[in-house]
Amino acid sequence: MKAGSNLEKVLTAGHFAVTGELGPPRGNNAEEVRKKAEHLKGIVDSVNITDNQTAVVRMSSVAACKLLLEEGLEPNLQMVCRDRNRIALMSDLLGATALGIKNVLCLSGDHQRFGDHPEGKNVFDLDSMQLLATFKKMRDEKKFLNDKELDGAPEIFIGAAANPFADPFSFRVTRLAKKIAAGADFIQTQCIYNIPKFREYMKQVVDRGLHEKCYILAGVTPMKSVGMAKYMAKFVPGMDVPEEIVKRLAAAGKKNAAQEGIKICIETIQQVREIEGVAGVHVMAIEWEHRAREIIEGAGLLPRPVVD
Amino acid sequence: MIIGDSKPLEEILEMIEGRDKVLVLGCRGCVTVCNVGGEKEVGILATALRIARKKAGQEPHIDEATLERQCDPEYIEELADTAENYDAIVSIACGVGPQFLSERYPTVRVFPGINTTFIGGALEHGVWAERCQSCGNCIVHHFGGLCPIARCSKSLMNGPCGGSAAGKCEISPEVDCVWHLIVEKMERMGRLEELERVWPVKNWLTSRDGGPRTRIREDLKQ
Repeated sequence: MKAGSNLEKVLTAGHFAVTGELGPPRGNNAEEVRKKAEHLKGIVDSVNITDNQTAVVRMSSVAACKLLLEEGLEPNLQMVCRDRNRIALMSDLLGATALGIKNVLCLSGDHQRFGDHPEGKNVFDLDSMQLLATFKKMRDEKKFLNDKELDGAPEIFIGAAANPFADPFSFRVTRLAKKIAAGADFIQTQCIYNIPKFREYMKQVVDRGLHEKCYILAGVTPMKSVGMAKYMAKFVPGMDVPEEIVKRLAAAGKKNAAQEGIKICIETIQQVREIEGVAGVHVMAIEWEHRAREIIEGAGLLPRPVVD
Repeated sequence: MIIGDSKPLEEILEMIEGRDKVLVLGCRGCVTVCNVGGEKEVGILATALRIARKKAGQEPHIDEATLERQCDPEYIEELADTAENYDAIVSIACGVGPQFLSERYPTVRVFPGINTTFIGGALEHGVWAERCQSCGNCIVHHFGGLCPIARCSKSLMNGPCGGSAAGKCEISPEVDCVWHLIVEKMERMGRLEELERVWPVKNWLTSRDGGPRTRIREDLKQ
C-alpha cells in the first residue's frame, strides 16, 4: 500500500472502483460543499475535488477536501500547475496530507483564457508529468525536488488524467505510458461517449501492458440536455461526442432528455466495464451530484465494497 | 535587440556527433550586433569544430554561411539548393533561426548553437542588460522610462519591495533595484506624486501568458 486510501484499497482488492466528482463553490459557503457531499456519501469510493476547474475561481480544493473528510467521505485532491509554482505545489501537498488527504490527481490545468480571469498570468513552472514525478519522489524517496530530505513524507495514492480522444490519437497511449513512468498509480480518463474509439485506445493500452502498471478508471459524464451534448461536441476541445448521442437525446424530447442522458451514461458504464484493462469508472456528474446515485445504482455498482 | 550566449563547444560537438557534413549558419541581425552569431562568430565556431574533429581523428567537413536574417523566409530560401547536403546545420541565430530552418527544410537536422537570453541593449562594449519582457502593453513612461516588468525581479508595479537595500535588489548585490532608480528618477523630474497611484492588476493577455502571439498587419499583407 502506498497510501492506504479507500480508493487504493478497493482497487488493490480487485473491485471495480467508482469515483465521483465535486466542484467547490464560487464563494466560501462550506454548507454547499457539505450538501453536495451528502449526495455522494456511500455511493463512491473517493470524490475528486476540482481545482479551480476551467480556470474559474472557486474555493480552494484543499479546503473543500478537508470539509469532505469531516463529512466522512474520502477526497481525491486535484492539483493543477497553472496557478502554483513548485514551491507552492510541494507545500500544498504537505499541508493536504497533514490534513489527512490521501489521493492526489496531478493535472496541467485549463488555460486561464477559458476562465473568469483571462487577464491573469499563468505559472506552469511544472507540467503534469513533472508534478507526478515530483510527488512520487516526495513519497518514495522522501525528498524535495532539490534532493533535500523531508521531515515527514506524504503517503499518497497518485493519479493522473488521460484523454483518449485528443489529437494526435496515435500519441495518446505513449503519453499515458509517460504518465505511468512518471509516477501515476491510477488514471482517470476524459468523459467517454465514443466507445469504439475508447475500445481501440484500451486495446493499445493492454497491448503495451500499461493496465498492469496502473489502474485505469474510465470517465463518464451524463448529458443533461441536447444543448449540453451539442455544446460539448462543438466547443469543448478534445471531446468526442458522436452524432448518435445527440440524436438519442433529441429523440427523447426536452422533458425526457435528462433521463435519456442518465440512461446513456449507465449503458456507457456497463460497456466500458467489459473492456479489458478498465479497473473502474469515474462519474463526473458536474453540478448534478444529486443524480449520481441513480447512475451508479443503475449500473449495478451499489453497494460499494468495504475493504479493511 | 535579442541577446544571446554561445553554447559550450562540448555541447555543440555532442549535438553533431556522428554527423559528417556540417554547416555553421550565422545571422546578420541582432546576434551580429551582440557578437554571438554573426559572420565572425561563424568563423570562430567553425574553426573550433574543425580542430576538435581533427583531434578526434575525423575528417572535418564544416562549411560556413551567414544569412541576412534567419527570421525571414526570404533569406532562409537562399539555402534551397544546399541545405539538404548537410547532415547537420548549427544555427547561431536566436531561437527563431533553428525553427524557421526546420520548418523550411523538414528533412534536415538543425541544432541551436546559441542560447537566446533576453531583449536588451549594450551598456558598454561587451556588457548587455535586459530591458524588455515583451509584455505587449508598454507602460515605461509612467515609471521615468524604466521598466518595472522587465527590471524588477518580482515585476512589481507598486514597488520598491521591502527587500530593496542601498539601491540593490534582494536577489543579488549585482542587481540594481529598478524601483530605487524609478523613485530617484521621478523625484529628479518632479513627478514623485505620480507614484502615489496604486497600480491596478495588469492585463497579461498581451504577454506570453495569453498564449503564443501572432501579429497580422492587414495593411502589409499581400
